[in-house]
Amino acid sequence: MSAAFSPELIGKIEALAGRYPVKAASLLPVLHLVQSERGHVSAEDERAVAGLLGMPPVKVREVMTFYTMFRRIPVGRYHIQVCTNLSCALAGGDSLAAHLETKLGVKLGGTTADGKFTLTGVECLGACETAPCLMINFDYYGNLDAARIDDLLGSLT
Amino acid sequence: MTKAPQVLTEFFWLEQLPRIEAYVARGGYEALKKALAQMKPDEVHDEVRKAGLRGRGGAGFPAGVKWGFIPKGTDKPKYLCVNADEGEPGTFKDRSILSHDPHLLIEGIVLTSYAVGIHAAYVYIRGEYEMIARRLEGAIDEARRAGFLGRNIFGSGFDLEIVVHRGAGAYVCGEETALLESLEGKRGNPRLKPPFPAAVGLFQCPTVINNVETLANVPFIIRNGAPWFLDLGVPKDGGTRIFGVSGAVAKPGLYELPSGTSLREIIFTHAGGIKDGRKLKAVIPGGMSSPILRADEIDVHMDVDSVAAAGSMLGSGGIIVIADGTPILQVLRKVAAFYAHESCGQCTPCRLGTSWIHKTVERMAAGRGQAGDVDALLRLAANIQGRTLCPLGDAAAMPVAAIARKFRTELESGLDRAGVRP
Repeated sequence: MSAAFSPELIGKIEALAGRYPVKAASLLPVLHLVQSERGHVSAEDERAVAGLLGMPPVKVREVMTFYTMFRRIPVGRYHIQVCTNLSCALAGGDSLAAHLETKLGVKLGGTTADGKFTLTGVECLGACETAPCLMINFDYYGNLDAARIDDLLGSLT
Repeated sequence: MTKAPQVLTEFFWLEQLPRIEAYVARGGYEALKKALAQMKPDEVHDEVRKAGLRGRGGAGFPAGVKWGFIPKGTDKPKYLCVNADEGEPGTFKDRSILSHDPHLLIEGIVLTSYAVGIHAAYVYIRGEYEMIARRLEGAIDEARRAGFLGRNIFGSGFDLEIVVHRGAGAYVCGEETALLESLEGKRGNPRLKPPFPAAVGLFQCPTVINNVETLANVPFIIRNGAPWFLDLGVPKDGGTRIFGVSGAVAKPGLYELPSGTSLREIIFTHAGGIKDGRKLKAVIPGGMSSPILRADEIDVHMDVDSVAAAGSMLGSGGIIVIADGTPILQVLRKVAAFYAHESCGQCTPCRLGTSWIHKTVERMAAGRGQAGDVDALLRLAANIQGRTLCPLGDAAAMPVAAIARKFRTELESGLDRAGVRP
């Protein structure tokens, strides 16, 4: 069971909804908000959002499962999203992903046992001039090699 | 090589540029002041039409013509949607405008809205650009405080509000009707056209959808005039382009150059040639969905019509350079996997076609290729192209077909006469 939305969160959701002529249009920003406050969006959170925006819960589920950035289960404290697309691959991106898998002991899509890291393979992040690149939470890191990855991981506490 | 004129990126080196004071100090918002004080909306529109400003998002449609599709005298609200979804693999130009010069985009948005009679604009920005979205929101607040946005801008009686709206990781949302669905809080399934967004768009109202780089050009066109802009480029495709070069070049990065600059010059003069002394093998000239060019096909001018005449697409101007030694199958695997993942699943030819292409390519990569695989890929691609609601189907089919056609020998090498790898 996740806790009910706080009055502050409800206030923020209503403010977002007020920015659009139709409340339902705020669904993506609202889900981003809920996810940033709670780490992921649980089934109960989905229902709560549906209630606040006046839509059937299934409409929220449709959106949750369509967009790759919304998470229905928790992720690690550091969410590492490594680009597996072409420009990064041409600069060694695939071996970087393999190095991360070995180093963290999880496959792409997995979370370390201590809950510190989640490793995900993603499509082009739009930073190809710094290929190979990845994101940790919302920060971009580029021009990476195995040694720089090791330094980077070591700097995260 | 002539010195390249820098327009959009001229002041990108200024660390303080994202702040309104720095933007104003280098002439920012002058075009807006001029337009609101001296020009009627139709005059702004005409100037952009005459400038030959082609869309920078991928399709290359003339922006001024697009604006002209908005019905006159409608009593419905009209909307501007700014496409900042930048998901085309190999493309990173809009990110640079958004992060270095958000006020340039804002000024372009206000001018466009004034020309078309729009009072609400939405910037649909890809979800991963969270930091940049926050910076843009900060810039919007600055502009509102300075009186460049909001009610009665510069005392002209013109009102405009801008809302920043983050996407959430779906390539298809860069397609304009999927973007509208997504903005309305739904899955990004493209709409059946017609009606086109200019007539029935966001919230069922007339809507203009323009790319970030397209709008960023508008202030310069208004400040310097259409002839100046046309002179920078080629007759039907004015201005400069921010080309993003990635892959096997010595100096990957963004290069703002006149429309019509040769692809060879971009790669070998500006981006420093091929990395590590290797030879060029192939180039994807305009983002992943543009058909690949062989090394002997790069003497092409990078404007919308010239690249189309060469059998490819200028697209987003994201140039991906592939060097000798990179197996073409590696490129094909990335292409196939991407579209299989990003097909929204609404149209059968795209949903099934992209996944069969992906399965076939993965089987080839696993050493289980068969005679007839390349023909199968060509057939699958042909059965997607032109048979889907939105251009994602074409975007998936074109690069696969081009690779299969141009690199058949390499893809089939290693197969014995029975079509099996020994």
